[in-house]
Amino acid sequence: MLYFMLRNAKLRIGVAVVLIFVVLALVGPLLTKYQPRDYVSPGVQPPSSEFWFGTTSFGEDVFTQFVYGLRSTFIIGIIGGGIGTLIGIFIGFISGYRGGIVDEILNMFTNIVLVIPSLVVLLIIAAYLEVRGFLFESLFIGFFAWPWAARAVRAQTFSLRSRDFVDLARMSGMKPLKIIIKEIAPNMMSYLLLVYILQFGGAVLTAATLDFIGLGPTNGISLGLMMNYAVIHGALILGMWWWFIPPGLAITAIVGALYVTNVGLDEVFNPKLREM
Amino acid sequence: MRRYFGRKLLIYIFTFALAVTIDWLIPRFMPGNPIQILISRAALKAESAQLLYSYYMKAFGLNVPIWQQYLNFWKALFHGDFGVSIWLFPQPVLKIIVRALPYDVLLLLPSILASWFAGNKFGAYAARSKWLDSTISPIGYILTATPYMWLGMVLAWFFGIKLHLLPFSGAYSYAIMPSLSWTFVGSLLKHWILPFASLFLVMFGGWAIGMRNMIIYELEADYSHYLEALGAPRKLVRNYAFHNAILPQITGLALQLGAIVGGALVTEIVFSYPGIGYLILQAIQNHDYFLLQGCFLFIIIGVLLANFAIDIIYVLVDPRTRTGMQGEG
Repeated sequence: MLYFMLRNAKLRIGVAVVLIFVVLALVGPLLTKYQPRDYVSPGVQPPSSEFWFGTTSFGEDVFTQFVYGLRSTFIIGIIGGGIGTLIGIFIGFISGYRGGIVDEILNMFTNIVLVIPSLVVLLIIAAYLEVRGFLFESLFIGFFAWPWAARAVRAQTFSLRSRDFVDLARMSGMKPLKIIIKEIAPNMMSYLLLVYILQFGGAVLTAATLDFIGLGPTNGISLGLMMNYAVIHGALILGMWWWFIPPGLAITAIVGALYVTNVGLDEVFNPKLREM
Repeated sequence: MRRYFGRKLLIYIFTFALAVTIDWLIPRFMPGNPIQILISRAALKAESAQLLYSYYMKAFGLNVPIWQQYLNFWKALFHGDFGVSIWLFPQPVLKIIVRALPYDVLLLLPSILASWFAGNKFGAYAARSKWLDSTISPIGYILTATPYMWLGMVLAWFFGIKLHLLPFSGAYSYAIMPSLSWTFVGSLLKHWILPFASLFLVMFGGWAIGMRNMIIYELEADYSHYLEALGAPRKLVRNYAFHNAILPQITGLALQLGAIVGGALVTEIVFSYPGIGYLILQAIQNHDYFLLQGCFLFIIIGVLLANFAIDIIYVLVDPRTRTGMQGEG
């Protein structure tokens, strides 16, 4: 397994890119002596040796905002993606294992939540809140992102449910919950990891969109908020590319690398997909 | 087939009811009182504020019991009454939305269809062909990971400001009035290119990758190997694979609509394109909750209609649903 992992180019590239940004998020704030909202110089400075990514219209250091923004991006991904995955796993296991009427109802519920444009619901909720935090944002994103995970887990549980070892466990009188945890879950751990990676990427994109509309956290900085400020304060017209290019590029790179990692892992776990 | 549509219809009705309920619920049970905000913006004396408050409560029907409010909400809905906008005060919300609707259709329909077809074609070519796969796949992954608004910003900055090639704000030149003339249509098209392109590109990536992966799955399926073993030409095998792989892509289109709508919203905001996304931004900035609710309902109706259309297409494409066997969910 480890051999295939190291040999898989997609996995290597994906993990490397994500790791670069993780390190940047961890170490970056130590490299800068400013805070994200500090006034450090006259505004609208292009990148220079002193201000690596230039400054905003208000004389804030873009690099400082960028590295702090990276942190919140990862936090949102970890928590938001985590909640989405957990709810999805829970519902997917129950509906996949139980089958019958329980499955019908849960599946219908999943489809309904899937059809409703979650971003618009999040928008309305956020619009009514005067004060919003990162934790809160990731919670809500998770609450609306689970249907994808639930569908995937349900399908996988279905295919495992009628295997011999599960039948054996059932015959030996194991409780359903224990069968799910002890027999079914370990057999799809790799699959759950893939689901989590996708949920992570989705949560990052959703958060960026919300922040961009101006409904992001009211405290702190994020990559989406940077783009929001850039557009509101005319970075496009003033040609201040250093203000809006880095945050979007970072999101694209992180999410893209996650997707590529996902495919790489899929190939490692599932030999049929490997390149010939 | 009747069973198939019956189930689908049931889901749609439930979805619509749930959406309307959410739409009704959120303003009433969120912290903060919209009417209070409205009044505090007017900055009146205490007594007149009190008076205005009760007036608004009555005008918006908030002075009756909760269950009655809920029923009234449904009743008003079926009469096409979405309330009155606060941002553009005496104009009804419905009128504002209907005015914005053509721009959404103009932008969304071509970009969704074009990206779906192009993505499927390229994805199918890319599967199991070395050099195409190593170019299209990475591009696809990058595109599908790109936030819609960022691609829009980059395109607007590069083509609009650096090269001065294309306009990047509004749906037509501010210098002319909407009319049925060539100059207007030309201006409309010119303003349409960039938002269309940014929506098209992001969606294209997702479809291409989805199709590529589906084709690879299908080519590994037993029937493909069997055909190969019989000595069927490569093209025929790939054709069969394509026919089977297109089905999940149709379902995927229906499932992705919600996400696409979100992308369209922010794209419209970047380009100040006067569709529903732009309205939503205005509604949020002006605390116009009725407009916000109306936009949400319209989006839901649009998504459900599109889902229904896709269901019909699915039946036409997949014979299993017609003969009563169950196809895809």
